[in-house]
Amino acid sequence: MIARRFLRSGPGLAGAAIVTGLLVLAVCAPLLTEKDPFATSLAAFEAPGDAAPLGTDNLGRDIWAGVLYGARVSLTVGILAAAVSALVGVAVGMTAGYAGGRADTVLMRVAELFQTIPQFFLALLVLALVGRGLEKVILILGLLGWPLTARLVRAEFLSLKEREFVEAARALGMPGARIALGVILPNALPPAVVAATFGVAEAILLEAGLSFFGLGDPNLGSWGVMLQNAQGYLRRAWWMAVFPGLAITLAVFGFNLLGDGLTDALNPRLRERT
Amino acid sequence: MSAGGGRQRTLAEYLAARVAAGVPLVVGVVTLVFVLVHAAPGDPTLALVGDFPVPDEYRAQIRETFGLDRPIAEQYVRYVASLLRGDLGFSYAQRRPVLDVVLERAGATALLTGTALLFSTATGILLGALAARRPFSWLDHAIGGGSLVGFSVPVFWLGQIFILVFAVLLGWLPAQGMVSLRADPQGLGRVLDIAAHLVLPALALGLRQVAMTARLTRASLLEVLSRDFIRSAHAKGASRARVLLGHALPNALLPVVTFVGYNLGFLLAGSALVETVFGWPGLGRLLYDSVFSRDYPVLLGIFLTVSLTVVAANIVTDLLYAYLDPRIRLAR
Repeated sequence: MIARRFLRSGPGLAGAAIVTGLLVLAVCAPLLTEKDPFATSLAAFEAPGDAAPLGTDNLGRDIWAGVLYGARVSLTVGILAAAVSALVGVAVGMTAGYAGGRADTVLMRVAELFQTIPQFFLALLVLALVGRGLEKVILILGLLGWPLTARLVRAEFLSLKEREFVEAARALGMPGARIALGVILPNALPPAVVAATFGVAEAILLEAGLSFFGLGDPNLGSWGVMLQNAQGYLRRAWWMAVFPGLAITLAVFGFNLLGDGLTDALNPRLRERT
Repeated sequence: MSAGGGRQRTLAEYLAARVAAGVPLVVGVVTLVFVLVHAAPGDPTLALVGDFPVPDEYRAQIRETFGLDRPIAEQYVRYVASLLRGDLGFSYAQRRPVLDVVLERAGATALLTGTALLFSTATGILLGALAARRPFSWLDHAIGGGSLVGFSVPVFWLGQIFILVFAVLLGWLPAQGMVSLRADPQGLGRVLDIAAHLVLPALALGLRQVAMTARLTRASLLEVLSRDFIRSAHAKGASRARVLLGHALPNALLPVVTFVGYNLGFLLAGSALVETVFGWPGLGRLLYDSVFSRDYPVLLGIFLTVSLTVVAANIVTDLLYAYLDPRIRLAR
């Protein structure tokens, strides 16, 4: 049912195609270029042409290879950070929505705080203090991105826990934890899935911004690191800035389309209204 | 019982309640900064001084000021007390109080974000209304697709592209800084000079916001247009334009107001990146420089300033919302 609705959604399919395409490029990077993205050469500032399809940077590194291998870094950060956010968000939302009372109040206050504090500035501050590294970026972005998911899951729990099928489970004597995890949670997941999809897009953008501020992993050339490097040579080599930025835009666009498509498929009521 | 019950809240009561709701957020932000300073690897003086070779006496002085050998609760009290005095710490790198450094840069950031906010809100509402006028028309699809691309583009890359096109290729507008260093005009000339420098960064910063505002305005307008009072207005014989602009739009703008107010944090983050691309002398550029010079007190100061500004903006948004929609403030 949901799959069929998704397949009929144009934006969703386009998003899925873009995301799949980028994942394939990232995985197959060694097959698509013989160049090492970190290998410097004397052919610096080479314009796009036969020798280097997207040109070379200030150290003679191949941009096409950089974009391909950069996809691995940017997509890994985006997907894993969104996964961490989803896990935390579902756990918090479930606890708050099912337990209610004081736990709910406290958790939602914390969520409000984390939704208010500008993520970019907090991530930047923490990275500056604890030092750079891929796993740190993933963890920090993941631990900052959960409030939206928590709110959505909580709202689902609040409305679902009064429904008849849940009361039936309760009447059967099912323990609370099993009701929360086994009965309500599966029904509360769709909004979390949508939020996670948009979360990937947001995390890719944040990672790019942090890398642009020099807080990316210097040993892994993400797209943001390439753009930071390009900033100093805008007048000299436009291709250093244009291609990594296009890659970021395409990836973020793909995940946003996918999120739109999933929203349509998972929540047909919303679609009928507009 | 007679005084309570159905009595409606006054605006003053609502004001007080909203401002009070901001208190836990302020406490949360301050506590978070305190925790970060203490959780940072190594000694808390690292975060309070920055990563430079400083004399041992200076470190000892910091230890003394913040009572770092005292119990943690007392340190917290001392920290809060110093903040209440308006003391954001001291930048050893710049040899000035952090507050002075931050205030000096805040104006440029306010000018950039303010301009971007005005431009993006106006443009976003206009595009959203155009899209909602004929849903699912080619114009609607074009605006919808454009918005989706618009908020997928990283703002700082957009800035770089604007520099490549409008400064490097066409040479129309300046690409760096806030004023021309060589000319240094005065009076009206100076205003125009700053305005010319402002165009590209403000456009780059505002575009993502235009996209989001347009999407939101469209959705909100379509929702309002399906309500009964719109049908009544049509039935009374009001023209299409009058119904859209006079009846529907004012009601549809409430969620837009909330969005714009609540989104200030994103805008400031974008501003930090855009300032770095354009060498705009605001807080963002300062943040960038401070990351590189490991000037942690300034980083902490900027974080506090930005977070508290966002909290304040949220409160102002709530108040504005209540002013625009009396049902909110009168609801008990």
